Amino acid sequence: MKSPAHAAPRSTPSSPGFLTRLWPILLVLVLWEVVTRVAANGFFPPPSTIVVRMREMWLTGPAAHLWLSDAALDNFPPSLARLFTGWILAGIVGVVFGLLLGRSVVLARFVDPLVHFGRAIPPPMLLPLLIPLMSIGTPMQLTTIVFGVVWPVLLNTVEGARYVDRQHVETARVFGFTRGQRLWRVILPSATPKIFAGLRLSLSLALILMVVSELVGSTNGIGFQLRESERAFDPPGLWGSLVVLGLLGYVLNLAFFTVERRVLSWHRAAKQTT
Amino acid sequence: MLEISNLTHTYGSGPSAHTALGGIDLRVAEGELVCIVGPSGSGKSTLLRSIAGLLRPTGGRITLDGTPVAQIPDDLAVVFQDYSRSLFPWMSVADNVSLPLRRKGQSRKQRTRSAAEALEQVGLASAGSKYPWELSGGMQQRVSIARALAYRPSLLLMDEPFGSVDAQTREDLEDLTLLVRGLHNMTILLITHDIDESVYVGDRVVVLSKAPARVVGDLRVDLPGPRDQINTREHSDFVRLRGEVGRLVRGVRPSQPSAL
Repeated sequence: MKSPAHAAPRSTPSSPGFLTRLWPILLVLVLWEVVTRVAANGFFPPPSTIVVRMREMWLTGPAAHLWLSDAALDNFPPSLARLFTGWILAGIVGVVFGLLLGRSVVLARFVDPLVHFGRAIPPPMLLPLLIPLMSIGTPMQLTTIVFGVVWPVLLNTVEGARYVDRQHVETARVFGFTRGQRLWRVILPSATPKIFAGLRLSLSLALILMVVSELVGSTNGIGFQLRESERAFDPPGLWGSLVVLGLLGYVLNLAFFTVERRVLSWHRAAKQTT
Repeated sequence: MLEISNLTHTYGSGPSAHTALGGIDLRVAEGELVCIVGPSGSGKSTLLRSIAGLLRPTGGRITLDGTPVAQIPDDLAVVFQDYSRSLFPWMSVADNVSLPLRRKGQSRKQRTRSAAEALEQVGLASAGSKYPWELSGGMQQRVSIARALAYRPSLLLMDEPFGSVDAQTREDLEDLTLLVRGLHNMTILLITHDIDESVYVGDRVVVLSKAPARVVGDLRVDLPGPRDQINTREHSDFVRLRGEVGRLVRGVRPSQPSAL
């Protein structure tokens, strides 16, 4: 017989509390701290040292600036701006061309090889090629991000637009929907679950490419600062930038998930009832 | 008036070709409610899709009010069997009903009013702001019917419209069909595999044979109105007719009672 004390936490296995979900993180932090302290390798500072260094770098500003230091204000906003601009541009390009390719069999047949050719090119490899074309700076970084993250959106949109439920297409035909109605009210909405899956993948890719593009020829940004710490032989500073990137990735994913749940509420509900 | 003459359709070609329709002749007068029954795989849906202009038949002729059906006719509506895939889950019920009305040249206000009216006629006056998936199967099929009603078609095609709902809901929807047919002067063609339903709902029951389908029976249903789920089904004419239709569907000649 099990005691009730053991049974109690099992009764709600699907919705653990906030603190319960936090303990694996704490466990990792503690392990990390212990291992790095024992190893005592300068390249792998313990988390406590990293946190102190992060505070020093970014949270020593005046209260009016939310305590953000100049280093934070100089590097975080440009990075975020590149990330979002690149991602949104790629989203627009991907959705527009994805709808076109998804609905036109002929066009898709012609363009398909090009798409897969382009997708196979590693975006960071574009950087040295882009330097002679554009001045070093934001245009080059944006091109890299857009080129790197457009593919998941494009390919997902193509698939979403191509496989619209036959019954929905026929309903639209029977009731004489115009081209515009078919596109905006039938094809686009039925492709949104796929489009969102693509956008989500692109968002995490955009974060990576943002950093990569800032490592080469940039004068600000998180990637730039990461490079600076490396040059100044400041492992805690380098690790600090990595931690910020990880946190940023987590927050972006969470925000995206929240928006997706709202926009696609019909999708989840319709899937559950049928 | 809908006229179908010598309609044939064959899927594919060569040795794997399948002839679904083997020469269908049918005339449906304006305002008539004709039920088409046949064994499964008898090409009922092929016939309906040909009339709707969703499929180009390989042979024969279909005319609607004198004009040959080449594309989808303007004043035609369809109620599909699979309501969950026919209604758009990303639109509210009211939007589902009113969206097709755009091409009728109605203003936004008129469309809203037409949709509300049609929803009221099917007993869903308060469901307009809901989403289809928030409703039961029977209610979703009512929305499909409301969408068709608001569209004011001269020809309404119903493809096994009550095949995916439970028995009680089915009876309610049959009665709803009888109720709404009187609202506008629509010609209705209802496809079903349910023999009782065909006799209960139809003015006429047309029986198709197995593929390649031909018309093997065309019976007029003269039942005292108004029809009622209990009394009508007890009526001697109903019992006789359902027997006749049943024999025709099973391919037994009426003069020769079943040996079983």
